[in-house]
Amino acid sequence: MARPVNSITRFNMTSLALGLAFLYLPIVILVIYSFNASRLVTVWGGWSLRWYHEFFNDRAMLDAAWMSLSVAAVSATLATLLGTLAAIGLARGERFRGRALFSGMLYSPLVMPEVISGLSLLLLFVALSAERGFWTVTIAHTTLTMCFVTVVVQSRLSALDRSLEEAAMDLGCDPVRAFLMVTLPLIAPAIIAGWMLAFTLSLDDVVIASFTTGPGSATLPIRIYSEVRLGVKPEINAICTLVIALIAVIIVVASFASKLSNARGESAAPL
Amino acid sequence: MSARRIFARPARLAAIAPYLWMVLFFLVPFGFVLKISLSQTAIAQPPYTPVFDFTEGRAALAAAFAQLSFDNFRLLVSDNLYILSYLRSLVVAVTSTLILLLIGYPIAYGMARLPRRWQGVAMMLVIVPFWTSFLIRIYAWINILQHDGLLNQVLLALHIVSAPVVWLSTDTAMYLGIVYSYLPFMILPLYATLSRMDASLLEAANDLGASPLRAFWLVTFPLSLPGVGAGALLCFIPIVGEFVIPDLLAGSNSLMIGQTLWLEFFTNKDWPVASAAAVALLLLLVPPLVLYDRLQRRQLAGKG
Repeated sequence: MARPVNSITRFNMTSLALGLAFLYLPIVILVIYSFNASRLVTVWGGWSLRWYHEFFNDRAMLDAAWMSLSVAAVSATLATLLGTLAAIGLARGERFRGRALFSGMLYSPLVMPEVISGLSLLLLFVALSAERGFWTVTIAHTTLTMCFVTVVVQSRLSALDRSLEEAAMDLGCDPVRAFLMVTLPLIAPAIIAGWMLAFTLSLDDVVIASFTTGPGSATLPIRIYSEVRLGVKPEINAICTLVIALIAVIIVVASFASKLSNARGESAAPL
Repeated sequence: MSARRIFARPARLAAIAPYLWMVLFFLVPFGFVLKISLSQTAIAQPPYTPVFDFTEGRAALAAAFAQLSFDNFRLLVSDNLYILSYLRSLVVAVTSTLILLLIGYPIAYGMARLPRRWQGVAMMLVIVPFWTSFLIRIYAWINILQHDGLLNQVLLALHIVSAPVVWLSTDTAMYLGIVYSYLPFMILPLYATLSRMDASLLEAANDLGASPLRAFWLVTFPLSLPGVGAGALLCFIPIVGEFVIPDLLAGSNSLMIGQTLWLEFFTNKDWPVASAAAVALLLLLVPPLVLYDRLQRRQLAGKG
């Protein structure tokens, strides 16, 4: 009898386990060391919340964290709005003039090196003599993250059964009403997941923010980055752990949203 | 008129706002990069002499065209610093992509062979680090790799080395950081093609007497090539322009092009040369971008 092809061989399991350990171990170690009482990052001095205390008394870091959170919230909301509209245009607009350019513009930022996006946006802002700070970073992040939202929402829209919309229209709905009453509730989980993705991407960015921000308005990653260049500091471990915790909450919400969309009998978005 | 066609009109109208946004904040900025790459460096704020001034009419525009300067590009090809950093970027990107393939393939293969209900969990586990801040993950490695970091402590305790090894500011650390950061980008497209593969093909190969290894080379691997291509390009393209990882983990004696661009821009304040470097980097990336776009289209066509 033939060996069942789907059997989990030892090799498969080992490579999978090693791969996952490689992905997670550094993060786990970072989290553990953030509770280290010792000033020396590498010597274990017992459990302590000392570095969290330090962070909450660090005015500059707190300002940067606040700036990052507000940029992320505003840019993710703008990006979700624009990205969803773009996805509707691409998934439901059939053929239209400039479609190739449109999808090209939306797909290239996904792989474009950040130094190029950052530099080009800065040159635009300088040419417009825009004052650099909160809004310029927000616009830059919106431009980058709306492309990710488009991909997530578009794949969900393409997987959707179009006969539902058509049925609504046969029953007398105009297209806008059919979209709002039938399509929108069905793609809502993908839109939520898109917002979460945009939020975390914005919270993560160093390069584009460095180009587009002005003096005196550094984001959290910019501050972390300049501290890290000087060496490891226990306070940074604590900040990173807090960011990881925040992102973990976001992931849980996003995966709940995508579970919800699975329960409705459609395949989940790719991200 | 079909319901589909009626739906298309408002859908197209919906695209107008994002279309304008992308033209203004993605396409137009490239025009500025091109323009400034062709202008002269000046010690001023902003530090370049303007090339075009649209307010002065057509004659002035023609005169400005005559003044366009390719000096910045000439500098790029004549100065070893730029050539070397381009070459280094290519070498680093090719090497890292190969390592990523070697590590990512077995993992994606293992995932695709899991029972269905575990596959979703495994995919989630691979995606989660992608969500976790990339800067934090690089920082986590600095923690481990530093002089008295965990890795050296473990190696010393196990008597594998007798003195701490220098890990930071080496190419080894940089490759580790790149592979670590880009692994999900390699695994996901590979997993997507491997999990879609028809298992009966392997059973057929098995029934016809092929050994598992032979069946892999003759059936599985050729069928997974679209995933290999997508994963390789998805990693290669951004790695060429990578800045943060080499800046934090590699030594400073040889720079990648992203670092050179950053240095010209922020340290030397030479915006025209930085723009010229960006244009050259973009040209370098056009062929892989086009290739990636083709692959995506073909896969979408294959699915529909």
